[in-house]
Amino acid sequence: MADLETFRAETRKWLLAHAPASLRGMVLGLGEGNWGGRKATYPNPDMKVWLEVMAERGWTAPEWPTQYGGGGLTKDEAKILREELAALKLPPPLVGFGLTMIGPILLEYGTEEQKREHLPKIVRGEIRWCQGYSEPGAGSDLASLQTRAVRQGDYFVINGQKIWTSYANLSDWMFLLVRTDPTAEKHRGITFLLMDMASPGVEVRPIKLISGSSPFCETFLTDVLVPVKNVVGKINEGWTIAKALLNHERTMIASAFGTGTGRRRTLREFARKYLECDGERLADTALRHRMAQYEMDALAFKLTTDRARDAATAGLPPGPESSMFKIYGTELNQRRQELLVSIAGPQALGWEGPGFAEEELALTRDWLRSRGNTIEGGTSEIQLNIIAKRVLGLPD
Amino acid sequence: MALVLTEDQELLAKTALDFVRTHSPVSRVRALRDSQDPIGFSRELWKQMAELGWVGILIPEAYGGAGMGLADLIVVLEALGRHLAPEPFLSTVLLGGQLLTLAGTEAQKQAWLPGIVAGETILTVAYQEAHSRYNLQRVSTKAEPDGTSWRLSGEKIQVPDGQTADALIVSARTSGEPTDPTGLTLFLIPRDAPGLTITPQYRVDSRPVALVSLADVRVEPANVIGPVGEGLPLLSQVVDRATIGLCAEMLGGMSQIFDNTLAYLKTRQQFGVLIGTFQALKHRAARLFMEIELARSAVMAAARAADAGDPQWIALVSLAKARCSDAYILAANEGIQMHGGIGMTDEHDAGFYLKRARVAEMTFGDAAWHRERWARLHGY
Ligand SMILES: Cc1cc2nc3c(=O)[nH]c(=O)nc-3n(C[C@H](O)[C@H](O)[C@H](O)COP(=O)(O)OP(=O)(O)OC[C@H]3O[C@@H](n4cnc5c(N)ncnc54)[C@H](O)[C@@H]3O)c2cc1C
Repeated sequence: MADLETFRAETRKWLLAHAPASLRGMVLGLGEGNWGGRKATYPNPDMKVWLEVMAERGWTAPEWPTQYGGGGLTKDEAKILREELAALKLPPPLVGFGLTMIGPILLEYGTEEQKREHLPKIVRGEIRWCQGYSEPGAGSDLASLQTRAVRQGDYFVINGQKIWTSYANLSDWMFLLVRTDPTAEKHRGITFLLMDMASPGVEVRPIKLISGSSPFCETFLTDVLVPVKNVVGKINEGWTIAKALLNHERTMIASAFGTGTGRRRTLREFARKYLECDGERLADTALRHRMAQYEMDALAFKLTTDRARDAATAGLPPGPESSMFKIYGTELNQRRQELLVSIAGPQALGWEGPGFAEEELALTRDWLRSRGNTIEGGTSEIQLNIIAKRVLGLPD
Repeated sequence: MALVLTEDQELLAKTALDFVRTHSPVSRVRALRDSQDPIGFSRELWKQMAELGWVGILIPEAYGGAGMGLADLIVVLEALGRHLAPEPFLSTVLLGGQLLTLAGTEAQKQAWLPGIVAGETILTVAYQEAHSRYNLQRVSTKAEPDGTSWRLSGEKIQVPDGQTADALIVSARTSGEPTDPTGLTLFLIPRDAPGLTITPQYRVDSRPVALVSLADVRVEPANVIGPVGEGLPLLSQVVDRATIGLCAEMLGGMSQIFDNTLAYLKTRQQFGVLIGTFQALKHRAARLFMEIELARSAVMAAARAADAGDPQWIALVSLAKARCSDAYILAANEGIQMHGGIGMTDEHDAGFYLKRARVAEMTFGDAAWHRERWARLHGY
């Protein structure tokens, strides 16, 4: 315990000395973090400095082993680091699918060569990753995917189409699922591959969302060559890895949305700004109750994620309970967005132009974007199926 | 404070669950109800629970107890809640025992606490009146000075274990109007005090409660608990702590009815298949699972915060009670629905859980009341 307190003191001192002052108290909107990669842009150059100093210590991936560039911290130390970052109101130096999805998968299933090749670049934010799972005909029923990979010597030749690929246009590498044995049962002929997006035959077309932004794409793959050494795990046995990655993804989505990054103002501040008050109290009792209920549910959710973390034996990867966090965390975010829109009233109806503050326009778009939370990463219905089967043991 | 059980708590939980499974099937509650048992629980089991050390968990070692915390007691209460055991933890341990522990004089503690720890003395608190709902300060029972003594008149309702209690601690107004926050005082009254009438009430959950009427009941100054006129903060604190214990009981109850329902989904067949294959039921079961998990986190956090004296603890009590109230009712309603017709029969246990859920919901404030309190605590 004493050691941890020393660690806390030293961490704070180091952060105070090295974090760019301009970043203190900066609140990032969802998706506004530093995603890294070759195409990264830095509207605030201090974000780049921040990434570099943190990556140097491996603190962009605090719990990864030092030989792959990580921080080598214990769970308790990593928790302290998170707390200290929060206390100083510092944004995370780096976010993205490398840190939260493919990195943990490579640590568990990757070859030594794959780890040495990819993990340090993720830690330093040099390479940005995207996820090539969904296809036009394979969404919830992911295992029915059709993108073909045919072996030719040391390479696979890939043909097919991925869809809803978030940020494919900004990414350098993709981890993807392909069919290597079309004759086998659908779960058995799938292989998990790593693909350089700069390979000839990769074409990316952005798709516009209801919120007006274009965070995801269609990805067309025509005779793309991927070296066989880029297979993670075994050929035709990619489904196990695909599912393990989904657990990491769900945990990531749950914590991103459920515990609230990117909040410019608190709900209470919004309420004070837009709603009539009766002395201290909000005059609209119905909204007051919705707000209390939301806040209480959000706290119960946070306590439950804390409890899961406290209970997790060191190093245990997330299990089927990540489905619960995915459902609840995303629904909480949707409820929060609904509530904000209700609080702001007609000021939450702006799309662009005069008469609406920037913050108000963000409300509209964040609300629209939040509808996707219960779809991306596997829909809520699919998560409920997983809980019913894997946690409750209900029959098929 | 970590939201996990310590090794000692794991062991305690296991012992309690084994004990409850062996000695306290739900059929026992049914038998107590059907015979309109005048005690409403088993004195013998209570004595055994005391011998196991459970009754004295919260009471300081100086009075024979273990001096442990709510985080320890709740694992026992959860086990008891699983089988709806009606033994008098709420009245004697969570309310009466806690009031004396927190505010009793040395003489009062010496007089009552060792008997409680031994499982011999039953003590209760009479705080509720016909129009008070969840408001502890809405008290019409009056205490008027009579020389150095007091004379109490009024009526208290649904007093837990009222008919067996050796003494009752009664909230009464020594000054002010029926809703004033000040002017409340707590009085300890032995059951044989002249002017005290205790009449059994039959509530939907069949737990023993009583109507208590006071007609010029004389109380000596030695039996005043805590400061005169300042009883409300004390009573609120004790009720908030007791709420955590009640929530643990609720957690046990909702977990058990849920387990029973899951077992039924895995055995009952219709249309040639197990009903647990129907997605309409699966998804609802999965949602119920989440609600119970969230309730559990809130109860564990509230107990740990109360033990640690964390200033957040009151808000966490509201969180735990709101969650448990909603989740227990939902678990019981869904339990009956998913059992179909059999769930509606008195012969089946599901109804016992629904009835207990309703009563527990309305003890110490329902979900809406606690949400309103949360808003007030946070300045809106
Ligand atoms: C914002 C966003 C970002 C995304 N990013 C990525 C990405 O980066 N990479 C990637 O590969 N994919 C991504 N996706 C795709 C996402 O994973 C899929 O949209 C999702 O898995 C659902 O598949 P679908 O769209 O084909 O819907 P469908 O599977 O067709 O589902 C339609 C409806 O049917 C329901 N349904 C389907 N099957 C069942 C069942 N068995 N039981 C009950 N109900 C069922 C679903 O719940 C849903 O309500 C993203 C999606 C969104 C919205």
